[in-house]
Amino acid sequence: MAITSLKNLKEFSTNNDRFEGAHLLCPGCAHSMIVRELMNCSDDNLVISTNTGCLEVSTAVYPYTSWDTSWIHIGFENAATAIAGAEAMYKARKKKGTLKDPDAPVKFVAFGGDGSTYDIGFQWLSGAIERGHDFTYICLDNENYANTGGQRSSSTPVGATTTTAQAGSHSYGKKEKKKDIVAIMAAHGAPYVAQLAPNKWKIMAQGFQKALETKGPCFINTVSACTTEWRFDPKDTIHVTDLATDSLMFPIYEIIDGHELNILYRPKNVIPVEEYLAAQGRYKHLFKPENKHVIEAIQKEVDQKWEMLQRREEARI
Amino acid sequence: MAEKYEIKEIEVWDGNYAMSQALRQAQVDVVAAYPITPSTPIVENYGNYVANGYIDGEFVMVESEHAAMSGCVGAAAAGGRVATATSSQGFALMVEVLYQASGMRLPIVLTVANRALASPLNVRGDHSDMYLGRDAGWIQLDAFNAEEAYDMTLCAFKIGEHLDVRLPVMVHQDGFLTSHTAQNVHPLSDEEAYGFVGDYKCVDEMLDFTRPVTYGAQTEEDWHFEHKAKQHKALMDSRTIIDEIFAEYGKLTKRTYKRVESYHMEDAEVAIVALGSSVETCRLAAEELRAEGIKAGVVAPRCFRPFPFDLIREALKDVKAIACLDRSSPGGAMGALFNEVSAALYSTQSRPMVTNFIYGLGGRDFSVKEAKRIFMEQKAHVDAGHITTPIQQFSGLRGPKLGFFETKRS
Repeated sequence: MAITSLKNLKEFSTNNDRFEGAHLLCPGCAHSMIVRELMNCSDDNLVISTNTGCLEVSTAVYPYTSWDTSWIHIGFENAATAIAGAEAMYKARKKKGTLKDPDAPVKFVAFGGDGSTYDIGFQWLSGAIERGHDFTYICLDNENYANTGGQRSSSTPVGATTTTAQAGSHSYGKKEKKKDIVAIMAAHGAPYVAQLAPNKWKIMAQGFQKALETKGPCFINTVSACTTEWRFDPKDTIHVTDLATDSLMFPIYEIIDGHELNILYRPKNVIPVEEYLAAQGRYKHLFKPENKHVIEAIQKEVDQKWEMLQRREEARI
Repeated sequence: MAEKYEIKEIEVWDGNYAMSQALRQAQVDVVAAYPITPSTPIVENYGNYVANGYIDGEFVMVESEHAAMSGCVGAAAAGGRVATATSSQGFALMVEVLYQASGMRLPIVLTVANRALASPLNVRGDHSDMYLGRDAGWIQLDAFNAEEAYDMTLCAFKIGEHLDVRLPVMVHQDGFLTSHTAQNVHPLSDEEAYGFVGDYKCVDEMLDFTRPVTYGAQTEEDWHFEHKAKQHKALMDSRTIIDEIFAEYGKLTKRTYKRVESYHMEDAEVAIVALGSSVETCRLAAEELRAEGIKAGVVAPRCFRPFPFDLIREALKDVKAIACLDRSSPGGAMGALFNEVSAALYSTQSRPMVTNFIYGLGGRDFSVKEAKRIFMEQKAHVDAGHITTPIQQFSGLRGPKLGFFETKRS
């Protein structure tokens, strides 16, 4: 049964699963919540590709697999191209009539972390989106190279400490801004692009469904709180994600056909980013007096982005 | 249904055109490709056949060669016939995915117009790219002319897709020398060619949802070794199937290929071992020298991987002096062909004298005259009873002679 017809989380938790609970992801990792929700939000057959990263190394260690559907992993950078190849073969075989079940609907989905999406696999993703393959790419954005022990990515936000952009006596952590992957993907003219979060699970499921039902290449950036590298208690994953969406560090919105922007979640009470930062060890150093200016700068940036999103939405262009 | 394509009994095709016709006749389902000189026309032609209805396939023009092979892997795992083409830098960019394709046992066919590797940048033919792929777990077939480029490409599909093989196959031809030289080709009719290659047989396809498959799993020290050993065994075991398929192809075309091609080797005293279009150059030289009373012969691995260790030993054991020609910069070692041939001969009683020539890099011309000179140098070793030159020499190089490793005689 598709997840959008479910009334509550309890019903969801007992729903049929194509992503098996037995995997090696860290306790409290949001990846599995997001993946499970994607796989449960459609009854169609799924072909899934995954870039090298936390999700891949935790779900397909021979002789086990967590994937009760067709799944492929090639390398760090090419999940978008792997799924594009599979989709091309589906079209070729449909034309030739060599599919075993030609009438069954099939959906093609690629997963990648922010390392493979924003950085090493950026070109492969851009190419696959430009070519217009009918697939959905989902980035599990935990803002660092978590699988290799927490190095900076171009998704790591200003001020976070990572092993390769460290906070220290002469540094407040990463200095460069987080790349705006959603805007870049929308600029490709993709028919559906969104940023979603697992704490807003119904909105996320609706977004996933929209992407799967949309013909052509769709891109979704999902916030995936990383208990290990963001440094919070594994039981607090959804709490930290609530702080992310309610502080507007991670606004939830969609962009249709590269221009029509809709905000999908408006917090009733917007909280200061300081609360979000304070909940994570990776920002601890920002609370020293000499780094106060960094928190101010982050708040300013968040406010400006929210203003921009609202004006884009109002403009309806 | 694909449109009918008019084909004559004898066509004048260059190697690239011949390979693309083989792709059309095999009715390849998906080609994911990125153009690079000199292999570009192979995929351009496939695009042309798709655009004009001669193939019911999908042409995916990706943004790099790495993506080309990645797309091929995804397509092949989805269950269908897959091919692409590349050369040189493109080949180098593909290397990561070459290993992944063979590790997943996907029978992709990669047609290669061999070309030098930069730096310095060079678009001409040598075997640097072919050598770069030699440990990638692919079967590597070598065509010496345009007709063979056609023949080997058809055979490649049948070999790779054979249920007891299930390995990717590269078909090599020399950039420009073969890829762009129009020659007579005797193609099969479309019906005969497709009948030979046969329908694609799906194994563990991702589009059969009654039986979900996981491709590209992780294995560490517990299972990785067993997987790689199995892959190596599959390559080794493919030897007899390659022989069978070459024999079957011979019945259709009267062109019977062997994993090691021997020319005038029955009573040869001196021999050259070479790859690519130079094989034909060496054969001409041997022919001319035979008229002068020199017992010269040529041995050429048609199948570079799996390396025909035993057949090479058998072909060369009674020869007295052998020159191994490597058209790739050995980068601080002996040439790869020299090393492999020498290793094969070490276990013979006779242990012939073997020397190594590095030649033709970046498309430097290799002439019949030079091949004859190399043969005569082997003859001089035979007459002297020992190697009279450095063991490794550079042939056709400007400036002073370059050679390494004098023979020590006790």
